[in-house]
Amino acid sequence: MKPGPFVHHAPTTVDEAVAVLGEVGHDGKVLAGGQSLIPVLSMRLATPGHLVDINGVAGLDAVHVTDTAVRIGALVRHAGLEQHDEAATALPLLRQALRNVAHPAIRNRGTTVGSIAHADPAGEMPSVLVLTDGVLEAVGPGGRREIAATDFFLGPLETTLAEDELVEAVRFTRFAPATRTAFLESSRRHGDYALAGVAVAVDVADGVVVGARAGFVSVTPVPSVLDLTPVLGGWDAGAPVPDEVTDAVREFVDPEGDIHATADYRRMLAAELTRRALATATQPTPAADPASTTAHESVA
Amino acid sequence: MSEQTTDTPPEQLLRISLRVNGVTRTASAPARRLLSDFLRHDLGLTGTHVGCEHGVCGACTVLVDGQPVRACLMFAVSAQRHEVTTIEGIGNDPENLSPVQQAFTECHALQCGFCTPGFVTTITAYLEDNPDPTPEQAREAISGNLCRCTGYQNIVSAVCRAAEIRRDRSDRTEIDQLVDLGTPDGEGGSRA
Repeated sequence: MKPGPFVHHAPTTVDEAVAVLGEVGHDGKVLAGGQSLIPVLSMRLATPGHLVDINGVAGLDAVHVTDTAVRIGALVRHAGLEQHDEAATALPLLRQALRNVAHPAIRNRGTTVGSIAHADPAGEMPSVLVLTDGVLEAVGPGGRREIAATDFFLGPLETTLAEDELVEAVRFTRFAPATRTAFLESSRRHGDYALAGVAVAVDVADGVVVGARAGFVSVTPVPSVLDLTPVLGGWDAGAPVPDEVTDAVREFVDPEGDIHATADYRRMLAAELTRRALATATQPTPAADPASTTAHESVA
Repeated sequence: MSEQTTDTPPEQLLRISLRVNGVTRTASAPARRLLSDFLRHDLGLTGTHVGCEHGVCGACTVLVDGQPVRACLMFAVSAQRHEVTTIEGIGNDPENLSPVQQAFTECHALQCGFCTPGFVTTITAYLEDNPDPTPEQAREAISGNLCRCTGYQNIVSAVCRAAEIRRDRSDRTEIDQLVDLGTPDGEGGSRA
């Protein structure tokens, strides 16, 4: 199927892009990588009259690593961020998660900020942003504002972004150096949308867990974080993950069933993936490869 | 999400200039023309195949600045500042096949052939990054492309065979260069 007609706008500055968005209102849509938007247009699930193609806007393709955050511009492609060694060292979870985002051909074009703004609950990067307590930098006709990731997602494909605003960048907050992370998901074919996925961040002190949090993919309507510290706090990091964890995950997630997997199956997957991700994250990690805890799991 | 609008704007026709397989080509097309359709309908390059049209099957994969992308998930107008390579640019001469094309014929890695252009472009770019893949890595490399004849075993073999052919050809080129330099023992032929 083919997209409906639209007027193509090619601004070269953020201000120009925002000006066009202000003029066309709800009839406009921002085009960055287009890897989620173009299928939606082709299936005529949306027929915006105006596309604001920001690919020609200068200065949006930079990755900045600071002491506290990894800031990425709206035109940074998934593949570019995945290959960014400084970002992977600062926040290993980025590379761990990005390896699960679709297929390489889609990561070459799709943008991380775009997938976050698209707010698909099956997207990996919205969950990662929420798990890191990240921030979105939005710009509109009234100026710039910051939106906490936890305040951004309202529902599937629904956010608090105004129709005349552009997400200029997002900031993933860095974890403490001792925090260990892992990302696992299960899909019918590696690279397809996950049936269930999970990102975990665990703090270990003297071999004992002092904090643990998990963010989920495809099994909650909006990315949200489950604090597992109450059930895992004090747990010996080398011991098997206790059943209380999987019980807590089963209770927390709210999956929907479809032709590929029932809600119950996804609930089981989310719990099992969390157990495995926690076990992976608490294993000693060779310092040479910060992303070595990454994995894609097939759960039979 | 934008909703259905009642006042549909008139079709916007653009003059789109693309650099494809080293040649600049220009045609008039609507802004909504997908790159896959622009290549096929407007430029007559029908080697790029259109399958699912939402990024799942990989049949339309072309190289943009050397990297594989889905031509059905990009508008032609957005490709203007980039170098596009289609299957025709990888090899269009049965007497002079590219390493990947040669490997596909040797390993019987195509059956109906519909998915083949997408596989060949994907694998050609992949071998640039990883010239010596294991069968497991080859499997991972083609995971974004679907073959409805399910010829995957042979396609995995073809990835590994293509890597061999690339190495053989580059060795041969090196020998030819040594011969040209008149140093059959290799002295002075170092490319360090």
